[in-house]
Amino acid sequence: MELTQQQLDDQARFRAFVEAEIAPHADRFDREERTPPELIRRIAQHGYLGATLPTSYGGAGMDLVTFGLLNEEFGRGCSSVRSLLTVHSMVTHVLLKWGSQQHKQELLPQLAGGELIGAFALTEPNVGSDAKSVETVAEPHGDSYLLNGCKKWITYGQIADIFLLFTRCEGKPTAFLVEANRPGVTIKPISGLLGVRGSMLAQIEFDGCVIPAENLVCRVGFGSSHVAATALDLGRYSVAWGCVGIGQACLDASLRYTSERQQYGVHLKEHQLIQHMITDMITNVQAARLLCYHAGQMKDKQDLRAVMDTLIAKYFASTTASKAANDAVQMHGANGYGSDYPVQRYLRDAKAMEIIEGSSQIQQITIAQYGYREYRQ
Amino acid sequence: MEDAKSKIRTFISKTFRNHALQDNEDIFSLGYVNSMFALELVLFIEREFGITIENEDLAIDNFRTVDAMAQLLERKMAIKP
Repeated sequence: MELTQQQLDDQARFRAFVEAEIAPHADRFDREERTPPELIRRIAQHGYLGATLPTSYGGAGMDLVTFGLLNEEFGRGCSSVRSLLTVHSMVTHVLLKWGSQQHKQELLPQLAGGELIGAFALTEPNVGSDAKSVETVAEPHGDSYLLNGCKKWITYGQIADIFLLFTRCEGKPTAFLVEANRPGVTIKPISGLLGVRGSMLAQIEFDGCVIPAENLVCRVGFGSSHVAATALDLGRYSVAWGCVGIGQACLDASLRYTSERQQYGVHLKEHQLIQHMITDMITNVQAARLLCYHAGQMKDKQDLRAVMDTLIAKYFASTTASKAANDAVQMHGANGYGSDYPVQRYLRDAKAMEIIEGSSQIQQITIAQYGYREYRQ
Repeated sequence: MEDAKSKIRTFISKTFRNHALQDNEDIFSLGYVNSMFALELVLFIEREFGITIENEDLAIDNFRTVDAMAQLLERKMAIKP
């Protein structure tokens, strides 16, 4: 990667923040299944909640490569906290692109400053990958809309102030903003997850919730093709970089452990089967980082291929994170399986990355289709 | 505007291979448009012509034909600062 001096300086700043504020406490966030509000305030104070927003809206105005570096560092420290960056940035990114002037002027500065936390409410009890089939309904109701339905597995749904909600309206995919404190909205925390346990998931129920017409995002019928697609592209990018962070954390932990632990009178690192796992980890993490960096550069250049490059990066990086975490636990042996070392958390967190923002199987179909389309040209 | 139409036609024809697309032909009726293409079309027009497609521009009718896209472009360029 050829980072600019500014990007290198930013990266050092992100790393110092994560080392001081996130990484030392990540096991506790996992155990307690929560992210402390004080930490979220600190993240907001550093401008990370408005990372990609222009400074005119109170954002940090980062380019996408720099935003990627931020996600890698957060991912290295704690995937739950990195998920906050992901879902919150998906909401700000969508409003910047498809929000009304009112949304931009009123909401973006508050989202950038962390006075409002945004969450992405697409998945439902019966709907995952097949996002166009959402069952939550928005019905025109005079000057407003009436919402009925249920969303599940909503990251940071427990604390979000505003949801980007995906519905069917007049039979067509349509997105709305819904404030969490509206009558008719019920938030039920979800606990007991395998990984990303600090990311405060919730089930959100809408029972005759009335929202004003101006809460419509974009237009009726464009909720899937334009709003969700815009959000998920950024979400995949953020997750992909977060996976590079998981991979790097696994590598750091494994290099340290195998240099200190001795078996058969020598350090683990002297054993060739350990070296094999370390070599694969180094190679795959570096490859994942370069794919993410390439996707970021394409995004910064507004190249159309950026969407597909992001899919490729997310597919590879999530697979890499899972494998790296699996090997890291293996190298740590019983210590890796126990709770004294963070590698078991990395493994549990990494598994989620192969499921969210497009499962690996969906990517396997989409990337192949892209390959055939390019081939025909 | 002929130049713009030609650029749009070239871009679209990558998806509509083996089909000689007419400027007044409804691309949505041809059955090739998927959601990724719909967003790519927006990104293409924004990047190629240096404009920003906003919320209010997103009517399907603005993207239905090459002619319609050229007209949208003309309107956007006229108000561009």
